[in-house]
Amino acid sequence: MKNIVSFLVGFIFAIGLAVSGMLQVQNIKGFLDILGDWNYALIGVMFSAIFIHSIFYFFIKNRTSPLLDTKFHLPTKKNIDFKLLLGSAIFGLGWGWAGICPGPSIVALMSAQKPFLFFVAAMLLGMKLYKWLARLLKL
Amino acid sequence: MSNLIPSLIGGAYIGLAVSIMYLFNGRITGISGILNGTLHPQKKDFAWRLFFIAGLCMGGIIMNALHPELFIQISRATTVDYIMGGMLVGFGTVMGSGCTSGHGICGISRMSSRSILATLIFIFFGILSCALFKYLHGEL
Repeated sequence: MKNIVSFLVGFIFAIGLAVSGMLQVQNIKGFLDILGDWNYALIGVMFSAIFIHSIFYFFIKNRTSPLLDTKFHLPTKKNIDFKLLLGSAIFGLGWGWAGICPGPSIVALMSAQKPFLFFVAAMLLGMKLYKWLARLLKL
Repeated sequence: MSNLIPSLIGGAYIGLAVSIMYLFNGRITGISGILNGTLHPQKKDFAWRLFFIAGLCMGGIIMNALHPELFIQISRATTVDYIMGGMLVGFGTVMGSGCTSGHGICGISRMSSRSILATLIFIFFGILSCALFKYLHGEL
């Protein structure tokens, strides 16, 4: 049952990304190009998604457990460390350079366009690379 | 203003999706975290990730069939640019424990100080990187 929910969530999420224009690099870059011909439309995506989820979260957080599991799986890290700061900066550099973030990369890959193939392969490699480096440097 | 409508509607779908995930499964819908988890599979924490990714793919296939115009790309970026971008995104999201979905939507909705800070940082560096790209390539 949990797996069916996950599948549905992924499906709805993908439709949301497509409808909002998040699958098109020109929209992402147009949004980040604040000094150029700024395309502010994507603020609407964040605003709308955060608005709706905040309301749901406000009510769900009073529950002791989710409907299909024994507990909520929230991040355990609470402190702000250099990994959060540096990692987010590195992610931002890649996001602005290619105009793609993880969610859209997977959904847009289904159109079989080469840029996404290269991007996703490199992204998975980058994830592995961090794990190797973290183990090596004991981060 | 007219181009805000699809953004607001799309955002509502996304907000609804992450809320369903949290209400039913008690999970944060952070795509980079979900992907990273499949690279280091652990028992009982693997299937839901695959099903989620399958759902993303199914959504992509159907939307591409119905609305291929939503997949049209206009960019100066070359293969090397996409590889560079992908490497940085993969490395950075695992190091920083999240991306646009996990920090930007789920984290901010929970008022997590880590996520609010992370989002400000990746948007700032995204703006910087985008400007550098435009400077070097002449176009976005």
